[in-house]
Amino acid sequence: MLKPTSEADLAEIVRTANGPLSIRGGGTRHVPSEGTPVSTSGLTGITLYEPGALTLVARAGTPMAEIEAALASENQRLPFEPLDHRGLLGTTGEPTIGGAVAMNVSGPRRVQAGACRDSLIGVRFVDGAGEIIKNGGRVMKNVTGYDLVKLLAGSRGTLGVLTEVSFKVLPAAVTQTTLVVNGLTVETAVRAMAAALGSPFEVTAAAHDPAAGQTSLRLEGLDGSVDYRATALAEVIASFGTVTRLDPGESEAHWRAIRDAQAVQGAGDIWRVSVRASHGPEVVARAQAEASLLDWGGGLVWLRVTAGTDLRARLGDLPGHATRVTGPASGALPVEAPALAALTDSIRAKFDPRGLLSGAA
Amino acid sequence: MEMPKPDPLVLDRKAELVSRLLTVLPEDAVISDVEETRAYECDALTAYRCPPLAAVLPRSTQEVSDVLRICHEMDVPVVPRGSGTSLAGGALPTADSVILGVARLTEVLETDYDDRIIRVQTGRTNLAVTGAVEADDFFYAPDPSSQLACAIAGNIAMNSGGAHCLKYGVTTNNLLGVTLVQMDGTVVEIGGAHMDAGGLDLLGVICGSEGQLGVVTEATLRILPKPEGARPVLIGFDSLEVAGACVADIIKAGVLPVAIEFMDRIIIRIVEDYAKAGYPDCEALLIVEVEGSDDEIDEQLSLIEEIARRHDPVELRQSQSSDEAAKIWLGRKSAFGATGRISDYMCLDGTIPVSELPRVLAGITELSQKYGLAVGNVFHAGDGNMHPLIMYDANKPGDLELCEALGAEILKLCVDVGGCLTGEHGVGIEKRDLMTHQFAAVDMEAQMRVKDVFDPKWLLNPAKVFPLDTTAERRTAGH
Ligand SMILES: Cc1cc2nc3c(=O)[nH]c(=O)nc-3n(C[C@H](O)[C@H](O)[C@H](O)COP(=O)(O)OP(=O)(O)OC[C@H]3O[C@@H](n4cnc5c(N)ncnc54)[C@H](O)[C@@H]3O)c2cc1C
Repeated sequence: MLKPTSEADLAEIVRTANGPLSIRGGGTRHVPSEGTPVSTSGLTGITLYEPGALTLVARAGTPMAEIEAALASENQRLPFEPLDHRGLLGTTGEPTIGGAVAMNVSGPRRVQAGACRDSLIGVRFVDGAGEIIKNGGRVMKNVTGYDLVKLLAGSRGTLGVLTEVSFKVLPAAVTQTTLVVNGLTVETAVRAMAAALGSPFEVTAAAHDPAAGQTSLRLEGLDGSVDYRATALAEVIASFGTVTRLDPGESEAHWRAIRDAQAVQGAGDIWRVSVRASHGPEVVARAQAEASLLDWGGGLVWLRVTAGTDLRARLGDLPGHATRVTGPASGALPVEAPALAALTDSIRAKFDPRGLLSGAA
Repeated sequence: MEMPKPDPLVLDRKAELVSRLLTVLPEDAVISDVEETRAYECDALTAYRCPPLAAVLPRSTQEVSDVLRICHEMDVPVVPRGSGTSLAGGALPTADSVILGVARLTEVLETDYDDRIIRVQTGRTNLAVTGAVEADDFFYAPDPSSQLACAIAGNIAMNSGGAHCLKYGVTTNNLLGVTLVQMDGTVVEIGGAHMDAGGLDLLGVICGSEGQLGVVTEATLRILPKPEGARPVLIGFDSLEVAGACVADIIKAGVLPVAIEFMDRIIIRIVEDYAKAGYPDCEALLIVEVEGSDDEIDEQLSLIEEIARRHDPVELRQSQSSDEAAKIWLGRKSAFGATGRISDYMCLDGTIPVSELPRVLAGITELSQKYGLAVGNVFHAGDGNMHPLIMYDANKPGDLELCEALGAEILKLCVDVGGCLTGEHGVGIEKRDLMTHQFAAVDMEAQMRVKDVFDPKWLLNPAKVFPLDTTAERRTAGH
């Protein structure tokens, strides 16, 4: 395994490579791919953290835990609540910040604070030709030139190997609570979540666990404000059923479980389906899955089906996309419309003309 | 500002082009009379003007596609246009180009409160998007001060921001999908009402691409429930540094205001003279606004007040009523107008790390003295997006050039302290030649590769964003 300790070393490895490379971050999501293994674990460290400017810059191989600890010591956090794939995929290893960016990993707070790509404000990466490229920077408003930052987020390493990433971070909430309604059908749950997310009470997460029959809504902020909104929100959803309330500790644990999709963990293929929230129930109905979990108010559906099931055939023409997160690499990624696929393929070819990084997908 | 020489082959074929455009568009949608094309000779960067060869105002995505296909076949450059409020010359034509305006594409196509989205044609103005959902207590968050006039098309192309983006983000954070017409007429649907991209995030790179990748005809936007209320507090300081430190402390404290606006003494005096908002005469004023119910607002404002008091403010004024709130905002909102009343001005928009605020403000003062032109500062302090207003006299020979030279130095200073050339207005022609100060050749090359993919002939708004000498080969190679 090659383990470059500087961006320049990494660039040299890519420049002189004569066959595919298999890039690994922490290896928590890694789908085995062909090629010489290259680890980013030698590219670590927070290079800049300015709490007063809400900015953090780190090398791509930095463990997520290190970043979260640094932020926590200043009462701040990554807005996008990255999930930890280890339980879901049965992997070990340390999740890295670069891996989260390469996958655009975003948790329950997606509905309110955006995805990983929305907090990402700068990148440095080595493209398939071995060039070191930077885009964006360390300021949160920046429209100078094209936004390759977004293009790199979620590109699964196919456009280049990330070496450094910058984020807009947020103050951590002083407190949180969760309102729970039990016994709703998936359809009713999605309507309840829509009512909550459409209220002015700043719901920061909305999920429904069909097996547990639990619909949950999270509120975060200052003490008085959270109390006030919990009461007001309970009124908004009162017509859906009896509302109970979790204390801050329970609430935190509750959302960690949802974030990591614990409800669908188990043997079989696990899929992640992104649709418009109101189509969530239709996804569940069509998928006939062994287990399911709806996050993002219904817009993100986690499903577990028997290994080898052609879930896309079951889902049919619902707009959105389905990604298989377990099992073999082939057929895992969403299928794109031809005009879109043509653009995507050409961009990949421009950034990685020798196809060294395509296995990363 | 240099522009490429018009292509004589294109100029010669004007009659043929116009007659072909008339085969796909009704007569009232093609403007080719030399006098009438003058309506499209500039955007809000009025120092630069050039009438286009023709202008077209299509009424559907199909018509946009037909126009682009014809221009593509005839190698005619196309400059997309929304409402022409760009401050960077993004919509400035060349003499051999066709202006493609989306002003007639103004429909709301779908509104869905359960999914909290609206789908509109992109000629619709920013304010009219909020207008369409306001009665139901929703709004579209990005709010550029030009929102009455500017179109969603231009907002997407420039990735526009607004006063409230500290909390709600800029256009790219509120855009879910687009219909994009490529230069050869191909129509692609990117994104939609779902929340994340399946493959590469093309939407992310289209937003902010300044009309160089395709013409956006429809957009799906995120709408949000209106907050119960909002109230500002006004805080005055006798030192720019202390005001800057107060901003950092507020941000660190765990309240996230929707807006933190900053004005320096020059601007305070100008607006006070004009709007009589009752501002104190001091070095720096902050307006900090928070949202929520009355009690929530009180909770946040008392925390902010407590922080501010630690910095010995010369004034600290809460607003108890909507009248008082409006009065606090009055001066800030009239800052540009009030400055325009006393002088011609150029508005820059470099962004800096908030911690560099004192150093940059001192640097601007020094540069302002060196060039002998006054510079006022009024800006979004929470995110470091500066708006230095350089005052000059457009009728005095050489003053515009002096102003541009000063502007360039200020922007370079922003880059040198770790910031960037433009936070929300875009590069256009205005900052094109400064790009090399922020980016190495490989960084720009990587961006241009994306254009190579979407527009291989480099016909869409080709003279913008990148220095002309770096794009010369690409602009002339394909045709
Ligand atoms: C008084 C004033 C205040 C302003 N305040 C702000 C502010 O607070 N925040 C801010 O961010 N900006 C501000 N601006 C700048 C400007 O309003 C924005 O850049 C706005 O988004 C431009 O929109 P427009 O419709 O006028 O676009 P135009 O000026 O017509 O075009 C802008 C760019 O978009 C491209 N374009 C237009 N239509 C399309 C399309 N359909 N497809 C692809 N590309 C297209 C053009 O080619 C051009 O490059 C202000 C401007 C003025 C004059």
